Amino acid sequence: MTMRTLSALVAIAMLSGAALAQQKTAAEAIAEYRAMMADDNPAELFEAKGEDLWKQKRGPRNATLAQCNLGKGPGVVKGAFVELPRWFQDTGKVQDLESRLLTCMETLQGFDASKIIHTPFGTGEQSTIESLVAWIASESRGMRLNIPQSHPQEKISYEIGKRAFFYRAGPYDFSCASCHGQPGKRIRLQDLPDLTGNPGDGVGFAAWPAYRVSSGELWGMQRRLNDCFRQQRFPYPGYTSEVIIALSSYMGVNSNGSVSVAPALKR
Amino acid sequence: MADPMRIRAQASAEKTTVRVLMAHEMETGFRKDASGKIIPAWYIQEVTAQLNGKVVLSAQFGPSVAKNPFLQFTVKGGKAGDKITVSWTDSKGDKRSDEATVS
Amino acid sequence: MTTRRQLLSQSAQVAAMLTTLGFFPERAKAQAANFNAAAFEAKSMPDLMKALNGAQPVESKDITVTGPDIAENGAVVPVGASTALPGVKRMLLLVEKNPSMLSAVFDVSDAIEANFSTRVKMGQSSNVYAVAMMADGRVLYATKEIKVTLGGCGG
Repeated sequence: MTMRTLSALVAIAMLSGAALAQQKTAAEAIAEYRAMMADDNPAELFEAKGEDLWKQKRGPRNATLAQCNLGKGPGVVKGAFVELPRWFQDTGKVQDLESRLLTCMETLQGFDASKIIHTPFGTGEQSTIESLVAWIASESRGMRLNIPQSHPQEKISYEIGKRAFFYRAGPYDFSCASCHGQPGKRIRLQDLPDLTGNPGDGVGFAAWPAYRVSSGELWGMQRRLNDCFRQQRFPYPGYTSEVIIALSSYMGVNSNGSVSVAPALKR
Repeated sequence: MADPMRIRAQASAEKTTVRVLMAHEMETGFRKDASGKIIPAWYIQEVTAQLNGKVVLSAQFGPSVAKNPFLQFTVKGGKAGDKITVSWTDSKGDKRSDEATVS
Repeated sequence: MTTRRQLLSQSAQVAAMLTTLGFFPERAKAQAANFNAAAFEAKSMPDLMKALNGAQPVESKDITVTGPDIAENGAVVPVGASTALPGVKRMLLLVEKNPSMLSAVFDVSDAIEANFSTRVKMGQSSNVYAVAMMADGRVLYATKEIKVTLGGCGG
């Protein structure tokens, strides 16, 4: 080998080494992008609105939500988010945050819950719920998920959720598990958390509600889960339907112990 | 009237860092609605800020600034207790002005 | 390594861009009198190829443009423009491939640092420019490529 070839090879080796050292993986680059916007999340605008709406006299009964019981007693908001879904005595049902807000908006303020259920996301009283959900979630930010399984109905909700999670149907024969049933899966550049277990702090169930930058909207868990079905080419099961609440029970309980970062910032 | 801005102003050493979140659609005028009609442009065009009544920032935004705009700028000087006022005017002539205390 | 030819071509592009945006009114003949409207309505990339008017924009290590390498979604991309140089009159943020190339303008006075961050919409992967217009007439810039992806299930 000539000296010239040798020095050329050395040069190539050095350049390759340097190039490899500088190369960022796509996952790292996206993590940087997310970190750049972690502070100053536009969800804060919704949180501010939600706090006002909780305290504002509204609806046919011109009442505030100050007496709303989210599971820890009337008016107790701090820490309530990380204990939902749970069973409620007054309705005899397992309810998540949004179905519980419907109960309160109806019984305290006189709104018609069935109308709100059929109101398109981002409009009318659905906008109100978005803001309320953002604020209520923020009041549990940093706390660990602690979704109860003490009442028999809560356990049944978990089991229904588990079956729904693995239920394959629709034109693509998808189930939730198709994307979220194993660790290490990815769709395009998004890492998909494994929701059959605990995916860690601030991931999966612990990261919703969230401000979605792609549409500039605040998405509650109901919208997020209903939309998962749309993405699987299923019809929406329905706002606050039993199966959506059950899926929240299943995924939430699986994530117990992890820290909630809601409302988060999402693609 | 638009929703309030969220303003955070932090004094340190010889400067005050101000971070603002504004509630605004920032519609570019390029998008179409479900029926195919163009959604008219509607966006914040001017942003100003005052520290204790003196103008410190004068900026212009175009429609390509993201929805619910974020802005960070650094004022020379400033100390805890000072008043920061941020104001914007949009392409429809709507205005919004909010205040915060420097911490 | 950037050749001198590439550098000149790049500065020519920035100069043409700035001309299109009405930043050299004394030399640009057919520009609108209203700086704001003209600046923010400039749409076509072919305008970039017009002859140089005004100060030749020069790439400068003294100007900093910040932003992610990849944006998960083009709807919200955090970008920044800054410089420690004295004598700055204005800072601009440009997204080369957007229909309206100019994103934002920041006036710089004695009261404020030449250091601004905001979030822009990017229609596609593109070069982003931080431009500083100096009191002595020089125009300096830094540029960085930001890749935009459409992630997830696309919805």
